[in-house]
Amino acid sequence: MKKRKFSVSMSAIYLILILWAVTTIYPIIWVIQNSFKAKDKILENSFALPLGDLFTFANYRRAFENLNIFGAYKNSIFISSMVCAIVILLAGLASFALVRYHFKLRDTLYMMVVAGMMFPAFATVIPVLSMETSWGIAGTKSWWLSMLSIILPQVAGNLSFAIIVLSGYIRSLPIELEESAFLEGCGPVQIFFKVIVPLTKPSFATVAIFSFLWSYNDLFSQMFFLRRPETRAITRLLNELTSNEGTDYGLMAATVSLVIVPVMIVYVFLQKYIIKGMTAGAVKG
Amino acid sequence: MGANIYKNKKPLLLFLLPAFIFMTVFLYYPFFKNILDSFMQIKELGVSGKEWNEPWYSNYVKLATDRNVWTALKNTLIMTIVTIVGQVGIALVLALMVDNIKRGAKVFRTVYFFPIVVSATALGLLFNLIFLYDTGMLNQFLALFGKEELTDWKNEKWALFTMMLPVMWQYVGFYFVIIVTGLNNISEELYEAAAIDGATRLKRVWYLTLPLLHNVLCTCVVLAVTGALKVFDLPWTMFPKGIPLKSTFLTGTYMYYEAMIVKDVDYGSALAVLIVVLGVILSRVVNAIFKEKDY
Repeated sequence: MKKRKFSVSMSAIYLILILWAVTTIYPIIWVIQNSFKAKDKILENSFALPLGDLFTFANYRRAFENLNIFGAYKNSIFISSMVCAIVILLAGLASFALVRYHFKLRDTLYMMVVAGMMFPAFATVIPVLSMETSWGIAGTKSWWLSMLSIILPQVAGNLSFAIIVLSGYIRSLPIELEESAFLEGCGPVQIFFKVIVPLTKPSFATVAIFSFLWSYNDLFSQMFFLRRPETRAITRLLNELTSNEGTDYGLMAATVSLVIVPVMIVYVFLQKYIIKGMTAGAVKG
Repeated sequence: MGANIYKNKKPLLLFLLPAFIFMTVFLYYPFFKNILDSFMQIKELGVSGKEWNEPWYSNYVKLATDRNVWTALKNTLIMTIVTIVGQVGIALVLALMVDNIKRGAKVFRTVYFFPIVVSATALGLLFNLIFLYDTGMLNQFLALFGKEELTDWKNEKWALFTMMLPVMWQYVGFYFVIIVTGLNNISEELYEAAAIDGATRLKRVWYLTLPLLHNVLCTCVVLAVTGALKVFDLPWTMFPKGIPLKSTFLTGTYMYYEAMIVKDVDYGSALAVLIVVLGVILSRVVNAIFKEKDY
């Protein structure tokens, strides 16, 4: 083969790739550095590093005083963890049954799962809200019920994706392990928890990450279901901020940083799984 | 043998019922109920309709004559084209480039993908600061190059650009990862054979890579189109209520606006039906144009 020379074209390629990388990283660095500056300094010279006189914690102090950030984090993490846990359990059970059992309705049910991916949240949210209101879950004063009112539809919204990914994986598992477990006296429930679940761990991780992030970032449902201040999750809080504190740019920069930085830290450690989780649905189905 | 374990069908219900009850109650039933709702009178959110509209199809008459609907449809179509050309196009170029380099491919992948993980609402706030009139990052940056008057990025002239650029930017990394995965599946031997036959690098991309990527690109385009219809968080954070002058509505944000702000709930339902119909039509069109091929 012809020797590839490290030439002008190669440098051009690196240059363009680095340029795009800068557009993805710099805005985030920019907002973090400005979160440590007074509001008017952001408007004057936002490119300077917050050193010396420029540096201040005032934005963060205001953020923690005026906004219930910890409360919002607590709500977000609670909602998303519950969604994630329920999705994993229900989708895991359903996928196992859909793959291993042969029964009449199997293909119909699988079609139902695939079609379930097509429903946008826009098309279901109004009836779900009125249904939950009539059950006394949505629109109440109780924190627990409000949480429940958003967890339920979010679980339903993630099940299709989860079942498609998990059943694809379970189908590829050799059945011999299940057979030997059966010979040792395991019933199907035990086989599921003792054989299938441990073997399917990587796919469960994929599904877990996807449904957690999806629920965490989903502003639309939060606008409908979390209407009381103490129930607000983090994206809802951010949205509130734009309408109420629209001109306090320092506060905005600080809050955005407080939301982005934890995600960034988690991303650095789990990026392999996160990227896989977010693209799995695309590649498989 | 395998069939023996699973011959007893009793546990089936235990396995299947929970998931399918969820899907029936929270997806299928509301989906059809929503279609029904769009013909009914609903006084406020959280209440279900009791009476039919007079005439029953009145929301759809309103839909056809509502100027905002046409704005929203137009903007959504532009958004679809922007996502196809911008997201998939840029992702393809970047992916082809990364395929040529030896070092750093992983780093680029990690960096490019990051915006997808961040909530679009946070990015909306971030871009509000970037596009701030007096004076955000962009106007300060342009001033460095001697541009004196400030640009109002949120006025009628620039609003659509300002709204769509961040949406496009956020998801490039997503398609980048998918396309790179597709590129890695193409065997190196094909390229070597082509190189021996004297094909230049550009020719190899055109006659070899692109045809082999056809199905991957189809998947990307379908995802980009369905994604464009679901966009809500970023536009609503940057341009709430369709500002300026209701010119930036997308079908999703307009549906939210009618249901939550105007509180015309049954009209919101009708708009949701429109979104579904639009989704079906667009994915049909895309499938017809970019048909997947079997090799």
